[in-house]
Amino acid sequence: MKISYYPGCTLKNNAKNFEESALCSLNSIGVEVEELPRWNCCGTVFSLATDDLIHHVAPIRNLIRVKESNTDRVMTLCAMCYNTLKRANERVKADSESLDKINQFMYREKIDYEGDVKILHLLELLRDEIKFENISKKVTKPLKNLKVANYYGCLLVRPKEIGLDDVENPTILDNLMTAMGADSIDFPYKTECCGAYQTVNNLEIIAERTYHILTSAQSQGAEVVTVSCPLCAFNLDHRQEETVQKFPEFKNIPILYFTQLMAIALGCPEKSLRFDLNSIDPKPILKEKGLI
Amino acid sequence: MRINISQRKIKDPFVVKVQELSGQNLLACYQCGKCSAGCPAVSQMDILPNQIIRYAQLGLKDELLQSKSIWICASCMTCNARCPKGINIAEVIEAIRQILLRKREDYLKIEELSDEEKTKLPPIAMVSSMRKFTS
Repeated sequence: MKISYYPGCTLKNNAKNFEESALCSLNSIGVEVEELPRWNCCGTVFSLATDDLIHHVAPIRNLIRVKESNTDRVMTLCAMCYNTLKRANERVKADSESLDKINQFMYREKIDYEGDVKILHLLELLRDEIKFENISKKVTKPLKNLKVANYYGCLLVRPKEIGLDDVENPTILDNLMTAMGADSIDFPYKTECCGAYQTVNNLEIIAERTYHILTSAQSQGAEVVTVSCPLCAFNLDHRQEETVQKFPEFKNIPILYFTQLMAIALGCPEKSLRFDLNSIDPKPILKEKGLI
Repeated sequence: MRINISQRKIKDPFVVKVQELSGQNLLACYQCGKCSAGCPAVSQMDILPNQIIRYAQLGLKDELLQSKSIWICASCMTCNARCPKGINIAEVIEAIRQILLRKREDYLKIEELSDEEKTKLPPIAMVSSMRKFTS
């Protein structure tokens, strides 16, 4: 299988651990990934104001790039890119007048966008096309005895019209982890917002959210927490430093991209895991479980 | 707190603008409070999400434009997902933010961030914050 891939900005910077582990995992299950040529930033957030068309130009331009690559679907890893691209696509599909205006704005593009690209998240590709049971068969190092709490955050599941799983009780990540031999731990804060971009100027909020989300996971016995969004990863992992300052009783817990655990299970080399980019070191617990 | 309700305020162009920018019918809200019950940010808010809708219905423009809450909401969409009347509360809050931002009243002062913070923050945080908090 071959699939076009939209990385987004952070996957090429702070979240290289997400990208490299995902690409290695996909390679080991026989998926050929082709990075979209000349992609641009998706804008990170979907514009909510009804009259704000200009901010849909960036995501839609990427969908023109998809068409130019002679395909009609594109895969993302980042939850924010997934949400923004998919919502912008749904917006123009439902409103031909807006689509016309956006196309007119991009008059220098060789083709017009026609609303005919499908946006897929890696998790959907794994669940619906590769299928989790086939991933199980490719596992060389089962994630045995590892208690994993899977954090979904907001943008994979909300709004429900574009979410990839149940809006209140998603289980897709849990099912993937279970398929790779891990013990998936359910916890009530799995879709609670991490505070997102408030991390730029309101650390108080982030420390509070990180504390509540992670202590909730820990109270259910989690040893690591998985994420699928580089902003959630930054807040839950790198901002544990600020969380401990505000809540001295808080105990650190490693945060991993779900693809890092996938890469381990599928026998990818340790260099593809890029643990140097994780803030709370996951190596001690992974060594204890005999996984690295 | 004493609130003065008047026809003049209810008919203020501000109410029309909020409805236009958000695409929501404010009068659909029957104040069940489900949005505020599920909102993860209420502990930091001065006006709760259900109150924001009520204030907007009543045209309490100054109270809304000066509230902390509009900058605390991170558009996580939990309120939208749970509203039994199908109102997109996050869009209403966005509309109020937009009314200020379109007057170039930026909330985020990027120049006040230290170089160390700017280096540490991932692009995804910087871009989304600027998209939401600057004009």
